Amino acid sequence: MTLLVLCDHDRGVISDSAYEALTFARPIANSKNISLQAVLIGQGAEQAAESVISFGVETVKVASHECLTDYGPEVWSETLTQIVNETSAKIIVSCGTDRGNEVLAHVAARLEMPFLANCRKIQIESDSSAATRIQWGGSLLEDVTSSAEVQIFSVEHHSTDPEAQSSSGGGNIVEFEPDLDSSLTRTIVVDRVVRTHGITLTTAPVVVGGGRGVGSAEGFAPLEELAEEIGGVVGCSRAVTNNGWRPHSDQVGQTGNRIAPEIYIASGISGAIQHWVGAMAAKNILAINTDPEANMVTKAGYAVLGDLHEVIPAITAEIRSRRNA
Amino acid sequence: MKILVCVKRVPAPGARINVTEDGNEVDSTHLGFTTSPHEECAVEEAVQLVENHGGEVTAITLGPEVAEEQLRYAASVGVNNLILLPIEEIDWDPQKTADALTKAITEIESSEGVFDLILFGNESADSGGFQVGIRVSHQLGRPIVNGIKNIEISDNEVEAQREIDGGFEVYKLPLPAALGVKEGINLPRYPTMKGRLASKKAELKKLEFSAEDGGQKRNKLHRPEEQVSETVILGNGPEAAPAIVDLLEELGVLQ
Repeated sequence: MTLLVLCDHDRGVISDSAYEALTFARPIANSKNISLQAVLIGQGAEQAAESVISFGVETVKVASHECLTDYGPEVWSETLTQIVNETSAKIIVSCGTDRGNEVLAHVAARLEMPFLANCRKIQIESDSSAATRIQWGGSLLEDVTSSAEVQIFSVEHHSTDPEAQSSSGGGNIVEFEPDLDSSLTRTIVVDRVVRTHGITLTTAPVVVGGGRGVGSAEGFAPLEELAEEIGGVVGCSRAVTNNGWRPHSDQVGQTGNRIAPEIYIASGISGAIQHWVGAMAAKNILAINTDPEANMVTKAGYAVLGDLHEVIPAITAEIRSRRNA
Repeated sequence: MKILVCVKRVPAPGARINVTEDGNEVDSTHLGFTTSPHEECAVEEAVQLVENHGGEVTAITLGPEVAEEQLRYAASVGVNNLILLPIEEIDWDPQKTADALTKAITEIESSEGVFDLILFGNESADSGGFQVGIRVSHQLGRPIVNGIKNIEISDNEVEAQREIDGGFEVYKLPLPAALGVKEGINLPRYPTMKGRLASKKAELKKLEFSAEDGGQKRNKLHRPEEQVSETVILGNGPEAAPAIVDLLEELGVLQ
């Protein structure tokens, strides 16, 4: 039996989410004596292949074809579907990122099989499975069983810490050439617009978040200043984007970004559930709020009670004075 | 152009979501209902596209009879035609939902012509299956890309942008096409009083349909274990700054 893990990469740069999916899938494969195989599709796949072997995979399938010029949900899912058929794989796993969920949904549609998105736990039986998956971005859980010839799951992003396997024997890299019709390139990436270079909300080690308590678009200036001082970025709550104070791309939450920084400094944010689920993967949370009863304060590991308009500039000043000392 | 928007009635996000005693469904006793946020933006986008390019917008929902409320809301912000696929149960599995929508769309198109564009929400706020739009589009043989935050229509093509880390990916799909839209693509308007009044009179069609069960079965909904955290209070007001910076140093985030 074979378990395939679709590994997300962008033109050869492997995403941490691929390591999360491999780490999640490995014990499942090991406990059932299933062959763990990684799949890398398209341009740059070859150079990413070596890096996944240390995650305990038996084989890395590297798919290339002249139509695979860049990411595209249809070319990727058609390729993966052909690998499923070739290997008679019974289980397919990916990380629940935009691409992971998108490709697996396409594969499920092609195979006419169920697809369970964003699972936290899965248990495989011979022709059925039991899984716990998130609903409401993680504020509810659903226990679900499915019976299907091919079991398709994505793993909730940030729910698994990637861990390589020290004792892994060398897996082999196998090339795969899919049979692709050029009509499938209709959904391929044709261009990219770069907005920011460097760190972003989802990669920053520190996120300085502001909510309704910031009060205005201009009110974010001290947050920007602090973020710049410590090499972080500014995030915000849904109330802020709904008021037009910040672009939606800065939003943290169920309908915005999922962040996982070393520390999230949440200022003037009450902590409604839809915001919390976007921030809960942060390793540490510091809430700054005037209200000691605010959700964000009671759920955070650290809190400062006070007005963010006074506290934030004081942090920046303190850092500067220590640096000048 | 003809645009179809698929919407879902969901409990208003932001509220604490409780589960019924038997664990089968969300306890909606104290909840308000709304259109799933990504889909509210899809409705707005469709109305704007038609304002700029001409044509008409149809909204469709699969849901209980009371989901009429979400269709009327869509009409109040400019949607022309409303279609309800009534179901008794609270929540269908995604395969069954997609099967029903595919059959309904095929039937509508056979008499009224093909929709140039079908808009879905990227995922529903409640069950978050990330697949109904993709399954429907696959069945209909149409291209679809998810996660879209910008749409430009030209002659026979739609240019769509998906937000990625630090920028956007650009896709160009031939029409007819489908897109999964994300919140942030626009800021949905509020209905005007005139819109509200007109929406009450808008014609609402109910379609009979059939659908096959999918392969997954819900056993139980439950709340995750509350993360109990002993919040360490670092201090009050700006005097807490040294303690905060100590923490940042300890975490190694100050370079």
